[in-house]
Amino acid sequence: MRFVDEYRDGEAVRRAAAAIASVQTRPWTLMEICGGQTHSILKFGLDQLLPDQLTLVHGPGCPVCVTPLELIDQAVEIAARREVIFTSFGDMLRVPGSSKSLLQVKAEGGDVRVVYSPLDAVKLAEENPMRQVVFFAVGFETTAPANAMAVWRAHELGLANFTILCSHVLVPPAIDAILGAPDCRIQGFLAAGHVCTVEGTGDYEPLARKYHVPIVVTGFEPVDLMTGILMCVEALEKGEAKVGNAYKRSAHATGNPAARALVRRMFKTCDRAWRGIGVIPLSGLELRDEFKAFDAARRFDSSRIRTVEPKECIAGEILLGHKRPSQCPAFGSQCTPEHPLGAPMVSAEGACAAYHAYRRTA
Amino acid sequence: MTDPKSGPAAVDPSQWSCPAPTGAVDAIQVAHGGGGRMSQRLTESVFLPAFRNPALEALHDGAVLSLPPGRVAFTTDSYVIHPIFFPGGDIGSLAVHGTVNDLAMCGARPLHLSAGFIIEEGLPIADLKRIVASMARAAEQAGVTVVTGDTKVVDRGKGDQIFINTAGIGVVPEGIEISPSRARPGDLVLVSGEIAVHGIAILSVRQGLQFETEMVSDSASLHELVGAALDVAGTHLHVLRDPTRGGVASALNEIAASAGVSIELEERSIPVNETVQGACELLGFDPLYVANEGKCLAIVAPSHANAVLEAWRRHPLGRAAAIIGQVREEPRGRLVLHTRIGARRIVDMLSGEQLPRIC
Amino acid sequence: MCLGVPGKVVAITRHEVGMQMGRVQFGGIQKEVCLSFLPEIQVGEYVIVHAGFAISQIDEEEAAKTFEILRQMGDLDDAVR
Repeated sequence: MRFVDEYRDGEAVRRAAAAIASVQTRPWTLMEICGGQTHSILKFGLDQLLPDQLTLVHGPGCPVCVTPLELIDQAVEIAARREVIFTSFGDMLRVPGSSKSLLQVKAEGGDVRVVYSPLDAVKLAEENPMRQVVFFAVGFETTAPANAMAVWRAHELGLANFTILCSHVLVPPAIDAILGAPDCRIQGFLAAGHVCTVEGTGDYEPLARKYHVPIVVTGFEPVDLMTGILMCVEALEKGEAKVGNAYKRSAHATGNPAARALVRRMFKTCDRAWRGIGVIPLSGLELRDEFKAFDAARRFDSSRIRTVEPKECIAGEILLGHKRPSQCPAFGSQCTPEHPLGAPMVSAEGACAAYHAYRRTA
Repeated sequence: MTDPKSGPAAVDPSQWSCPAPTGAVDAIQVAHGGGGRMSQRLTESVFLPAFRNPALEALHDGAVLSLPPGRVAFTTDSYVIHPIFFPGGDIGSLAVHGTVNDLAMCGARPLHLSAGFIIEEGLPIADLKRIVASMARAAEQAGVTVVTGDTKVVDRGKGDQIFINTAGIGVVPEGIEISPSRARPGDLVLVSGEIAVHGIAILSVRQGLQFETEMVSDSASLHELVGAALDVAGTHLHVLRDPTRGGVASALNEIAASAGVSIELEERSIPVNETVQGACELLGFDPLYVANEGKCLAIVAPSHANAVLEAWRRHPLGRAAAIIGQVREEPRGRLVLHTRIGARRIVDMLSGEQLPRIC
Repeated sequence: MCLGVPGKVVAITRHEVGMQMGRVQFGGIQKEVCLSFLPEIQVGEYVIVHAGFAISQIDEEEAAKTFEILRQMGDLDDAVR
């Protein structure tokens, strides 16, 4: 496949790794913000090719992992209703709520369906006028345009039976929170290539300046990750705190104007709770007032939900990079992919799941 | 219920509870599973014409068979696939190929099958006929006979159109010993062709995840491939496995655990066609975990691996056969992937099924 | 986040209720994709697709540059040795 296979070329990856090793003179700690990048690093074993003095910390870039427990419980409650067709990306189905996951709701008879695109959910609403179709709108800035378009289309079609349960989160406020934490060891950031493809790089300049930290827009394939790391290490060695772009074939400084415009038309920023971290101000998106009719939280009353977090799960510390999954006492024993205690063990991108799948012994 | 304004109500005889038999029917009814006249009629009009053979036509409670000398291999599997018709096959052909393959993976020559049907009330008889005809064709291709069977019918809503169980008997010739425990460090791992085809073909028709290109399941009987491998390798062929649910990764994990060895796969050598690659990239799937229904894994002593490879490549079902890995001592019980960029990582057992992801 | 897959636009199919739809080829499969966020896109060009939407056009020149830089690194390496 073009633009995929060549970025997985072993020779190119080795060259980049050699370049990193020759440029690096001191230990550096970098964070890759995106779960997709974590997944790729562990799937290809990239970190095995990096110099020992380069530490990669896996960031909270997994929308599945950071979706608050209350929202999962809300989703579970709505999905169990007879009139509802509950649609979602596959990622969310196994995340445990206080009592059960969406997959368990499905097993108990709830009409829960996996869709590849939010447009599939809108189509279901068109085809099933007697049912309420709810789409679990989870994601970072990459997915916001798709969800915005879905609501826009529902609006244009005059659909009375389509709503979204919105849990959108934004990356720059999260980076701000991480870098602003007192014991932060992160010296450089690999920004998420597809988030920046949509939004551009403007939000990262003030962060780079404020914290004096290089931020490099990085893609997802092995060659992309290596060139992003190389660019970041080069900047650190020179003491430069700039925003760099190692994913220029897709991400540009101005992002995708059409996508950004639609997102701003449909959504406004709001405070958002991140599971395991707490509320980060202005780090989320919610539907604007004129489109609130499409908000599932408004259409379905879920005030009777009681949310209970499992005590053992240290997701917050994992997501902020303070601990590695292998340092969690429950890792691999009480908490496994078969019976996860928290989201990072469930999501394919979750640091805990990735560790368990690819590197249980480490 | 009548609408007073519209005149006499429309009459729907299928809702009457009159016990007189209604004559010709085009959908399965509960009575078809009752053992009475309708069951008999179903057997005579659908099953017997398709599975013509003396054992079945005796219509006894069980089939009495003479078997050639050797150890008897015996297997059973149930098929619940949805949709019941898919490109490249249907639940019937799958049920025959699947059980034939389980026998072949024991090193057995497949001989006879039983077929048990659990049918949901309302299934069109035309669909049943189509499935049974497909089974008959598959059975003929595999050189097996369906010698006994059973039909039950469940109420509408209590079954998913149709479930099929097939059990199979075969005979393992003297001197053939196929078992996971025979895998030895140094053995080579072969696959008979491109992986993940069936799972992706099924996904391509399921609602909500449609693709615009038709993908055809690889469902097929593998007894000839197995025979060809046994002919050239004999007892140097140590393990056979068809990687169905859970894909190549699950099958090899089980073998590694069972034999107390490690298996290391070479990512660059694993045959994946462009169609499967495109679908897996799009959905975020790993082809190693996706089901196959017409592929065979073999673990062979290094001295005979090339002979098996050549024999497979000469067969229509094995054109894309490849050596994909090697058995090692450590890490014991684990499957390891040597990635295309030169690193190594564990390929673990999957928990649950893969779900399409956006992350 | 962000499983974005590169594909080639093989057809621009229809405009409906404010959405421009097209067909994109990924390896051996084709899927219907919304092209609304790339109003200038042409058949034959490559895009990154996420959740059924094309979010960027792949800049082939930039793509080539990455490998050129790496190739030069490799040559340097060889020269030094």
